[in-house]
Amino acid sequence: VCIVSGEGWSRRNVEAAQEHDVHANPSSPIVAAFKVFQQELDTKHDKYERLVKISRDVTIESKRTIFLLHRVTNRCNQLLIQLNYLNLFNVLCGFMMVVFRALGIQEYVEAVSFLHYIRHRSLISLEEINARLVFMRTENAPPLGAHVLTFQVTPADYLLGVADLTGELMRLCIGSVGNGDIDTPFQLSQFLRQIHDGFSYIGNTGPYEVSKKLHTLRQSLGKVEDACYTLRVRGSEIPKHMLADVFSSRTTHMDTEEGVV
Amino acid sequence: MSVTEMFSYIQGFLSADQDVREDIRKVVQNLEQTAREILTVLQSVHQPSGFKEKGQLCSLAGKHFTASVECTGGEESFEIESEFHEHWRFVLQRLAFLAAFAVYLESENLVTREEVAQILGIEVVREKGFHLDIEDFLAGVLIMASELSRLAVNSVTAGDYSRPLRISNFINELDSGFRLLNLKNDPLRKRYDGLKYDVKKIEEVVYDLSIRGLAKESESGGN
Repeated sequence: VCIVSGEGWSRRNVEAAQEHDVHANPSSPIVAAFKVFQQELDTKHDKYERLVKISRDVTIESKRTIFLLHRVTNRCNQLLIQLNYLNLFNVLCGFMMVVFRALGIQEYVEAVSFLHYIRHRSLISLEEINARLVFMRTENAPPLGAHVLTFQVTPADYLLGVADLTGELMRLCIGSVGNGDIDTPFQLSQFLRQIHDGFSYIGNTGPYEVSKKLHTLRQSLGKVEDACYTLRVRGSEIPKHMLADVFSSRTTHMDTEEGVV
Repeated sequence: MSVTEMFSYIQGFLSADQDVREDIRKVVQNLEQTAREILTVLQSVHQPSGFKEKGQLCSLAGKHFTASVECTGGEESFEIESEFHEHWRFVLQRLAFLAAFAVYLESENLVTREEVAQILGIEVVREKGFHLDIEDFLAGVLIMASELSRLAVNSVTAGDYSRPLRISNFINELDSGFRLLNLKNDPLRKRYDGLKYDVKKIEEVVYDLSIRGLAKESESGGN
């Protein structure tokens, strides 16, 4: 998928400039060499642009999936989730031979691990994520490529994606209380604590973004633990339909930018 | 796998990564040292007595290049190279520059990427292994352009009035070549923007020679 008109315009422009270039001696070996460089650089840039676009698509699809997962309250909507998932895969298929660090990967890990938690109440492993990222290439294979393409999420990206996941889990916790589900918060509290402890163990030996995310993680964990406390202490006192209000006022009090989903 | 087990597993990777980073750092340090040695050898062309020993210089530099080859050999794998490219970039560009400079001193031609790769003992195509990026190659060429503008100036001081003319033609061809490229707003583009100052400096040298009638008519010959 390339932006044909854009490419054509820039190539025509360059060729026009070449003709007007009085210094360019077409028979010079140097100029000939640079013509080859030009083609190579153009191809490289095109590939990079495609990759950037795909990364953006992955990010968008991942975020949509996450929003969908928050909205879903019953099993019937599982189908919707699957479809969204499939879109993500199709988009990832475009990655082909990835040579550059892709940006949408953390969001993808976040979405996939979120879905996995909702289904299985456990943390998806790096291996499980990578096991699904195997694609069969159906159209013409390039001279060098195989028909089976894999994309591997790195441990660093996995770590950062899981860090982002904790924010969604916190929202899930607050949201589930509003839905009258008073079991999930306690499960989440336990789960989140384990993740937090894991990150503490890693400390600053990971990529530098981890330290920043660890701070947010602590805040999320705090909110979840406070929610559990409230449920435990006052849960029996408050009618279920009012629980949501109690929690929404608490969260807006603690942090104005976080809201109940 | 439990959460705790997962994190232990990840930690293993991170530690391994740190070890690799350390190893790469050491190799890069060695390469930088070698690059400095080569530069010191080649720099002496700027001295008045410089280009008489040109031939010796190039073979001396060649010996150092072989040493650098030993450095890069062995531990490189495809994943390591792409992930840690940034660590290599500076020293790779310097080595490309030095190779290009040495080749220019010998033959007054623009070195090809294949030649540079051969001198450094690495590949050109990504798939074959540790390779020289086209951007790094071009960056090396641009660094050489600066060095040549300096050489033009010093050649005149040393009494060689024909070399600057040849350098001028060469740099102008390089400039034409670079103008064919569709560069993005990246470090290479910024470096290329500096080329015009080199071109200008050399033009001034040529001008100074011409108005004083010092410039020789023929463009070939000289040293």
